[in-house]
Amino acid sequence: MRYAETGYNLEIDLTTGSIERVETDPKQTELHLGGLGTSVKIHWDRVGPEVKAFDAENLLIFSTGLLCGTPAVSANRTLVSFISPQTDILAYPMMGGFWSSELKYAGYDKVIIRGKSPRLVYLWIHNDEVEIRDATHLRGQGAIATQELIREELNEPKAQVAAIGLAGENRVFVASIEQARSSSSRGGGGAVMGDKGLKAIAVRGTKDVNLARGAEFMLHVQDLKKFIKHRNENPIQEVMPILSGIGSPQMMKHIDEKWHTESFAWGNARQRRKDFWTEEVEKSWTKSQTSAIKRFISCFNCPQQCGALICHEGVPPYMMKCFSKLTYAMAAYVDDLDFSWKICKKAFEYGLDSFSTPQILAFAVELHEAGIFTDADFEGCPTDKEGRFFWLLDRVARREGIGDYLADGTYWAAKRIGKGAEAFDHNTTKKHEQMNIKLGMLDPLYFLMFATNEKISITQIEGNWPQAPFVTKEARESFVADWPQLPDEKFKKYFLDWEPRGEFSNPYYPTPEISSEIVDWMEMLHNIDDALGLCAGMGSFCFKPPYHIHNYPKFISSATGMAVDEEALKKIVNRNRNLHRAFNNRRGMSRADEKPPQDHWKHRFPELEEQLLTTYYAFKGWNYDGIPTRPRLHELDLDYVADDLEKRGILKGGEDKKDDQDNQG
Amino acid sequence: MAKIKKTIKTIKVDADKCNGCRACEVVCSAFHAEPKYSSVNPARSRIQVVVHRLQDIWLPVFAGEYTPAECMGRDKYVIDGKEYDECGFCRAACPSRTMFKDPDSGLPIKCDMCESDPPLSEPKCVEACLNNVLIYQERVEEVEEQTGQAELQTGLEALVDKHGLQKLLDAFALMAERSKDF
Ligand code: SF4
Ligand code: SF4
Ligand code: SF4
Repeated sequence: MRYAETGYNLEIDLTTGSIERVETDPKQTELHLGGLGTSVKIHWDRVGPEVKAFDAENLLIFSTGLLCGTPAVSANRTLVSFISPQTDILAYPMMGGFWSSELKYAGYDKVIIRGKSPRLVYLWIHNDEVEIRDATHLRGQGAIATQELIREELNEPKAQVAAIGLAGENRVFVASIEQARSSSSRGGGGAVMGDKGLKAIAVRGTKDVNLARGAEFMLHVQDLKKFIKHRNENPIQEVMPILSGIGSPQMMKHIDEKWHTESFAWGNARQRRKDFWTEEVEKSWTKSQTSAIKRFISCFNCPQQCGALICHEGVPPYMMKCFSKLTYAMAAYVDDLDFSWKICKKAFEYGLDSFSTPQILAFAVELHEAGIFTDADFEGCPTDKEGRFFWLLDRVARREGIGDYLADGTYWAAKRIGKGAEAFDHNTTKKHEQMNIKLGMLDPLYFLMFATNEKISITQIEGNWPQAPFVTKEARESFVADWPQLPDEKFKKYFLDWEPRGEFSNPYYPTPEISSEIVDWMEMLHNIDDALGLCAGMGSFCFKPPYHIHNYPKFISSATGMAVDEEALKKIVNRNRNLHRAFNNRRGMSRADEKPPQDHWKHRFPELEEQLLTTYYAFKGWNYDGIPTRPRLHELDLDYVADDLEKRGILKGGEDKKDDQDNQG
Repeated sequence: MAKIKKTIKTIKVDADKCNGCRACEVVCSAFHAEPKYSSVNPARSRIQVVVHRLQDIWLPVFAGEYTPAECMGRDKYVIDGKEYDECGFCRAACPSRTMFKDPDSGLPIKCDMCESDPPLSEPKCVEACLNNVLIYQERVEEVEEQTGQAELQTGLEALVDKHGLQKLLDAFALMAERSKDF
C-alpha cells in the first residue's frame, strides 16, 4: 500500500486522446518526496533542452504535494510546472484552494499533459473515470465563469475546477490558471494550457488517502493546531501588523496599507509615494473594503482566511486574495480602492497574472508618454487612468493591436517594439516582471535571492528572515528570544549583530558567507513546502511559522512510513534543487543571467556583487558559472545529471574540480 | 417504558462564520477510519460542507437518519436572498442523493457524535474547526428508554432496502455456515 501519496499519475496525450493511469515508482518518492521534486524529475527525464513552451512535447504537469489530502494543515498546493513561454526555463507557479486534495481523493498524485488537442477540450476526472470532453462551447468564457459552467454541466457541485480564460486561449505569456479562490499565475501556465487546447481540468474524488502511522500523525497535527491558535492570538510585536501574523499576507483583513502603498513603487515600478496614506485615504479605503468583502475564506483544511468573497456593486461576485488588491491600483496610479474590485474581476476572468500584468499596462502607458507608442496605437483609449487600464487590459487579453506586443510581457514586448522601448523594461529578472520595489542600499540577501533562485519571484523565495534589521537592540533581543524555527542557534547571533547603519549593516553585513547560509535556509524551506504541497504562508513565507525544519520530518515520517530525519530531508530537497538547477542550466541558464532588476537598488557594488555570487555558488557546490559540480551531483546521487551536463559540454570534465577549489579559496 | 436520564448533545452551527475549509470533513473521516486515523476521505465524513462559493453559501450539514424512501415533495429554501439546494438542510441518507452514503458500499453513514471509549471532551469536527463555527453543547433530559436493538434494526433495514431481504438472508446463512468451520 502507498501512504500519503496515491502511487498513480494520470498521463494524458491531448494529440491522440490517450488516457493512462500509470503506477509510479516508490523509489522516486524516497529520492524526491513529491510535488515539485518528483515533477522536476519527470521534466528532466522527458523534456529535452530543445523543447519550447509551445511545442507539443512541452509537458504541463499538475501536481499535488506529498502531504496534500492528508490532515496536515494547509497542505493544499497544486504545483503546475512547464517550460515558460516568457522565461524559456521551468516555471512552477502553485495555487492554493481545493484542487490538489480532490485529485488525491480521485486517486492520483499528478496529471501529466502532453500534446495538443485539435479542438478546445476539458478534462473530467472522476475517480477511475477520466474523460476528455468537448469545450468548444466554453471558448472565450471567463476563467471563473468556466468553473461554474462545468460544475453545472456535470451536475457535480463538489467538482473542483482549474480553468483558463481568454488570455490563456490567446497564449498571452502572463496568462494564469484560476481555481476557486486561488490562481497559478507566474510564468504563463495559462498560455501553455491554452496552446494545448485545454480549457479546464475538473476533478472529483471519493477515495481514501492512507496514512502509515495515522494516530501519531494526528498528534503532530494537534500540536501544530495548538501553535497556530497561539500564533493567531499572539501576533509578533516587533513588526508591523501586516507582517505579524501567519498565512499569506492578510490583505483582505487588514485595511491599513500604509506599508505597501508607501514602501512599494507605483506605476511601472517607478515611484514611491511616501505620504500617500492620509487619514482621508484610510477612511475611504475602510469604507470600500468593508463594503466589498462579503466573507473571508480559506483554502482546503486551513484555519486562516487569506481570501475573500468580493461583492462590489455592479460587479458579479468573485474571490480575491492577497496582493492583487493593490497591484492594478498602484500600477495605474489610481487612489480609489473601488477600482481594484472592478478591474480584478475582469482580470481574473481573463485569467491574467496580477503581478506581471499591471506592470505591463503601466509600461504601455510610459511608452505612450514617451512617444514610442503613438496616438494611433492608443486610438479609442479613454484618457482617464481607470478607463485607460481597462482598455489596455482588454487589448492584452485579446492580443489586439498593441496588446499583441504587450501580451508577451515587458521584456519581449520591448524587444519587438524597439525604438528605445528596452529602457522601459527595467524591472525584470530572467525576462520576468519582479515585485514593484525600488530601494536605496543594496541588500546582500535580496541580491542573492533575486539573482539566483529558480523561482524568479521573490515572494516565493524569501520568508523566515526579517526583510530589514530592527532598529533597536532590545527589539532584536526580544525577537530572537523565542525562535525555535531556526535551523541553528548561530542565526540568532547574525540577527542580533545586524544593524540599520554602520559596520554591521547592508551591503557588507550580512557577509557573503552569512548571506549564503541565510538564503540557503530560506530557499530550502520553500523547496520543502513545494515538495509537500504546503502553503508557504504556514512555513517558508512568514516569520516564526507553524511548520519548520524541526517538525517537517515528523509529518513526513508518520504520513509515509519512510524514515526521514532533518539531515535526510535536507539532502532530498538539496537533490531536488540541484536537479532543478541543472535542468535550467541545460536550457542555457548560467551566471550571466543571474542579475536582479538593474535599478532595484540605487547604490550598487559590482565587486561585492560578484563576490556574493561566487561565494553563494561555492556554498551550493556550483562552479563559477552557477552549474552544479560533479562532486556535488555525485553526493546527491545525481551522477546521471553530471554525465548529461558533461556530454553536452555544460560541465567540463576535470575542470570543475578546479573551479570548485577556486571558489572555496 | 421506563424513563432514563439521557445526555443530549448538540452542535450549534454558526454557518455565517464558516470559511469552507473542510477541516471538519477531513478529521471526521480520519477518526472513523478503520483502524482509527489510518486514512482520510472527506466523502466518508459524517459532516458535509455544502458550498456554493459565489452565492456565499457555506453550509455544514450533519448526517442524520437513513431513509428508505425519499420525501413526497422536495423543499427549497431562500434565506437572505440566497437560494439553497433542494433538500439543502436535510440530514437524511436518502435514495434521492449520494450525500451521506459510503462512497464504496453505498451504505448510509450517520453522525455518531464521535462516541468513543473513553468519551472525548468534544466531537472531533468541533475540535478541528478553529473558526468557532461548530459549538458543542450538552444538556441532560429525561427520555424513554431505548435498546441498542433500534440501531441494529436501522442498519439492517438499510441493507434490506439496498440488496433485498432474500439476498441478505442468503448472506447470513452463508456466514453462519462459515463460522461453523472455525
Ligand atoms: S494560509 Fe491562507 S493561503 Fe495559505 S492555505 Fe491557509 S488560507 Fe490558503
Ligand atoms: S460529531 Fe463526530 S461523527 Fe459527527 S460529524 Fe462531527 S466528527 Fe463526524
Ligand atoms: S471546519 Fe469549520 S470553518 Fe471549516 S468547513 Fe468545517 S465548519 Fe466550516
